[in-house]
Amino acid sequence: MPEGARKIRVSCIVNGAAVTCEAYPMARLLDVLREELKLTGTKEGCGEGECGACAIEMDGALVNSCLVPALQAEGAKIRTIEGVACGGALHAVQQAFVAYGGAQCGICTPGMIMAAVNLLARYPQPNDAQIRAGLSGNLCRCTGYMKIFESVVAAVRDAETRA
Amino acid sequence: METRVIGKSVPRKEGREKVTGSARYVDDLSFPGMLYGVTVRSPAARGKIRAIHFADDIPWHELIVVTARDIPGKNCIALLIEDQPCLAAEFVNHPEEPVVLLAHHDRYLLEEARRAVRIEIEPLPAVFSIEDSLARKEIIWGQDNIFKSFYVEKGDVECAWAGAALVVEGSYETGAQEQLYIEPQGMIAQVSEAEGVTVWGSLQCPHYVHKALMILFGLPRERIRVVQTETGGGFGGKEEYPSMIAAHASLLARKSGRPVKIIYDRAEDMVATTKRHPSRTRHRTAVTRDGKLLAMDIDFTVDGGAYETLSPVVLSRGTIHAAGPYACANVRICSRAVATNAPPHGAFRGFGAPQTVFALERHLDRVAEAVGIAPEELRRRNFIREGQTLAVGQVVKEKVDMNGLMERAFELSGYYAKRKKFAAENSAARGTIHKGIGFASFLHGAGFTGSGEEYLASEVAMEAKADGTVHILAGSTEMGQGTNTIFAQIAAEALRLDCEQIRIVQPDTAYVPNSGPTVASRTAMIVGKLVETAAVRLLATLHDSGFLHDGYSAGDFTRACSSYVSRHGALKSFVKYEHPHDLHWDDQKYSGDAYGAYAWAVYVAEVSVDTRTAEVRVENFVAVQEVGKVINPVLAAGQIEGGVAQGIGFALYENVVWQEGRMVNAQMTNYVMPTSVDLPVIRVYFEEIPYGRGPAGAKGIGELPLDGTAPAIANAIAFATGVDVRQIPITAETLLEMMESAHA
Amino acid sequence: MRAFLPAYEMETPRDLAAGLERMAAEPGVWRAFAGGTDLMVLLEAGKLPHKKFLNIWKLAELRGIAVTAEQVTLGALTTYAEVQRHEILAREFPLLCRAAAETGSVATQNRGTLGGNIANASPAADSAPALIVYGAEIEIVSADGARWVPYASFHTGYKKMNLRAEELIRSIRVARTGAAWKQYFRKVGTRRAQAISKICFAGAGRVEAGRIADLRIALGSVAPTVLRAVRVEELLRGQRPEDAGLLLAAQGTLGAEIAPIDDMRSTGRYRRNVARNLLAEFLEVLAS
Repeated sequence: MPEGARKIRVSCIVNGAAVTCEAYPMARLLDVLREELKLTGTKEGCGEGECGACAIEMDGALVNSCLVPALQAEGAKIRTIEGVACGGALHAVQQAFVAYGGAQCGICTPGMIMAAVNLLARYPQPNDAQIRAGLSGNLCRCTGYMKIFESVVAAVRDAETRA
Repeated sequence: METRVIGKSVPRKEGREKVTGSARYVDDLSFPGMLYGVTVRSPAARGKIRAIHFADDIPWHELIVVTARDIPGKNCIALLIEDQPCLAAEFVNHPEEPVVLLAHHDRYLLEEARRAVRIEIEPLPAVFSIEDSLARKEIIWGQDNIFKSFYVEKGDVECAWAGAALVVEGSYETGAQEQLYIEPQGMIAQVSEAEGVTVWGSLQCPHYVHKALMILFGLPRERIRVVQTETGGGFGGKEEYPSMIAAHASLLARKSGRPVKIIYDRAEDMVATTKRHPSRTRHRTAVTRDGKLLAMDIDFTVDGGAYETLSPVVLSRGTIHAAGPYACANVRICSRAVATNAPPHGAFRGFGAPQTVFALERHLDRVAEAVGIAPEELRRRNFIREGQTLAVGQVVKEKVDMNGLMERAFELSGYYAKRKKFAAENSAARGTIHKGIGFASFLHGAGFTGSGEEYLASEVAMEAKADGTVHILAGSTEMGQGTNTIFAQIAAEALRLDCEQIRIVQPDTAYVPNSGPTVASRTAMIVGKLVETAAVRLLATLHDSGFLHDGYSAGDFTRACSSYVSRHGALKSFVKYEHPHDLHWDDQKYSGDAYGAYAWAVYVAEVSVDTRTAEVRVENFVAVQEVGKVINPVLAAGQIEGGVAQGIGFALYENVVWQEGRMVNAQMTNYVMPTSVDLPVIRVYFEEIPYGRGPAGAKGIGELPLDGTAPAIANAIAFATGVDVRQIPITAETLLEMMESAHA
Repeated sequence: MRAFLPAYEMETPRDLAAGLERMAAEPGVWRAFAGGTDLMVLLEAGKLPHKKFLNIWKLAELRGIAVTAEQVTLGALTTYAEVQRHEILAREFPLLCRAAAETGSVATQNRGTLGGNIANASPAADSAPALIVYGAEIEIVSADGARWVPYASFHTGYKKMNLRAEELIRSIRVARTGAAWKQYFRKVGTRRAQAISKICFAGAGRVEAGRIADLRIALGSVAPTVLRAVRVEELLRGQRPEDAGLLLAAQGTLGAEIAPIDDMRSTGRYRRNVARNLLAEFLEVLAS
């Protein structure tokens, strides 16, 4: 049996909390989140970086966690879907998804919400084209994207009203 | 009729869990001592298993190894019949057929082990196409490679040819389509002496899995338990295949004495599980000089893959929908499902109808052209009306106004003006973008065909607890389409409560009755009606008990439940489906009342075609349908929007590349579904003519959008390019070639 | 996830020099790992035979975009997202920005790097035609020193390149001369976003007094490596771009110069026909 790597310790900040876990250096960050840290909100849809179901924020950038090796998460500041709501209060995007039908089966939803939240951080008032482009790396098989766009637009509108 | 809760966009019941990532799908679950399981599959399309070799460098003593010999009951995945093995024993009949199962606690070692098993197969000649199967190049199934055939006859087709002004023929093909639910398939199984066999997983039909496991294990009903976990999309792809994975996980769990989890990765899911049946339809149509249909002669074949699975039922629905919403006195439909050495094809939203509706709607545009009238005029002159009979002899008892739907769709899409404008712009030959607009008019029957619902004999139970919450117990599953929410709305409406007071019990065969499978556009119309009836009966019981009076508040209801329960014990109601007396179906002649109700629709697609690259873009899409009653507008629109998106994929993007029975583009990179920038704004409009037997008048809508989307697009492309589209997917490669020969 | 993870090692070198030392000490044993958007896909499919990787993701010496009056030098670890955000690149190197915007998705653009893409050497890479058109040069370093290679001669065959086992790509340099050139980029993929190229066409030309004074044409996915259409350029140099006869001749030459194949995504015939049509579009841009 081929041997080689030992497990390494990876320390990073996940959803605001410092964590340390053990993983093979090239274990997928997706699996570290789900299996070591028990944060099962981030999903595997394809294992090839095509569907975006595993999307998270790493140092503020949207990345597909199925393509990040554990070793490269060392020292990173990571946000997953579990870190989007604030305490018990849903983020505007999450609320909008519930109210406007942005989630059907829900499996693409965590990654989609991460992408939407990340989009709004970069473009607080995105136009339609920017919304579509910003979410183009997240595949949804259920909705045809219509209600996802409506949810994002509603989240922007609701944020404006509150501001 | 005024409704309180029905007709409102009540937020999805499990919405909060889904947006926070706390909804639990099967791969989110973990059990103490759990092992992982994998499947070792046949490399060959057909052959005799000579030997199974286990390479040296794996610690085999650590692994659980299961083969067909370990099956305690019958080695089959029971469905309509029992021809499909759970594990291939002597012969394999398709690539990727399961042969050996392995389990271990270390996922990575397990993959090494999978690679280290070599299945040695002495190949036998295989069949890979409908043509070769019909030609009986090899007999690979039964006596003649035919799973099932149907023959439908209305009037006398043969007499019509002689008197016809015009006869138009055409042949149309559709390819396989992968359901591509974003959550891959998976199951967890646990087997013990005390509990029997329990499985948890991503599935649409818990009772299908239950029946299959009973037969596989030779165990009685109460020793098998199937629990549905949150399911990330199904679309039919999780109708029958989950029984296979459940069987595999259970066998490993039985042998190891530990819980076993099998999760397919995307590549395995694509290459091994079911797809939409490829099809070939031939039309021969006789028309009068002014475009009245005299006779329709339709020949329809589907490729079922290596085992029967659900092919007879797919064939049935395709057959019944083959002649569409038109009045024609003489119709003949000959159809058959044939075997090939590919992994069995299976259920996918639409279930045979997308195949025949594509052929029909494309064909009728060509008939119109031959007659010399506009495609909408041909439809107008032949649309069926109340009192007339469909091809299978069903008298239409609904108020149907297809022409009204069509005109509305045309108005909303600007069809007439755009047709003129595009025709002028295209022929001006200035730009490289040609535009087109096309439509499809169609219907989709809700519920199981003919005597199917009677055979299913679906049941629903309801229980009001002492705290006033009302629990719905049904085998129908939520997979994004909104089952949980609409059931809650239906019950809340009947009980005059808020949806928050209604609970949906997780589908678990230990607790919920068999409400039939969550397929066939039946959940709202058939099972929803049972939910409504159960609520009505529950209410009646409470009234009769004296604890509840007219004009009650939610608080009164709660108090009444509490009093009832302390006095009489559990407060339950139970409903079983009763087939309407006035629906008659003849299985022998394949005629009569095929469906209790139909949804009727006209879809309009606007496309632009880049003549330099043959890239097609759907620019606008309008979907108009009459559906009885919209229970939840956001959910209903979501169903149509998502279905149209899948239809766009079916028409333009989704191409399964086959090589000797194996899908070779089994990655999301290479099997392409539309992204958010590929799809247009999809505009959805509903009309409502309440169906007396649906809850609040609702009919079924889940599959409808898959029928009309692809032909509308095909017709639009034909308009834009002059190309006579005959098959889908319409790839850029094929279209460019056809455009260039049209030019030459 | 089909890889046997215990067999894979990854280490983070202290700095570039330390990394190059490691690679020189055991040539071919240690390979660079940047953003992982190609290598992790292979790993997950169980198709990554190489087992020892050096994590170069954070090496400062490989990051950054330096601008002088004559040139722009991009560190090998410049991501597609960073390319799109850079003002000078957006203004003067639009083909590279288009390629970056059309490669993968937002998430892959945050992790995909120019150097990684070059070293992955896929004939379908979208940045490759842009780099050819811009006459890019690649800086290659090892423990022994550095050398510059014109990108046009970097790829020597299908997945073969002018890069030894102990070498790394450090930077990519492009000259700021083409700003006034008319530029054209078109990628035809399997869909509008997140698509592998069926064919990619990058072109730039300078038109003076109604004639093509100079031009560059490069295509992806039509040969084992990115292809500079030298013969087509020769034919077109000095000619009037709106000449219909010229277009036909150029299309003929292009058809002969490229070698597209049938694969899972498309056909050789389609690629050849579309290449000819994209050439027509390019000439329209030059004529406009």
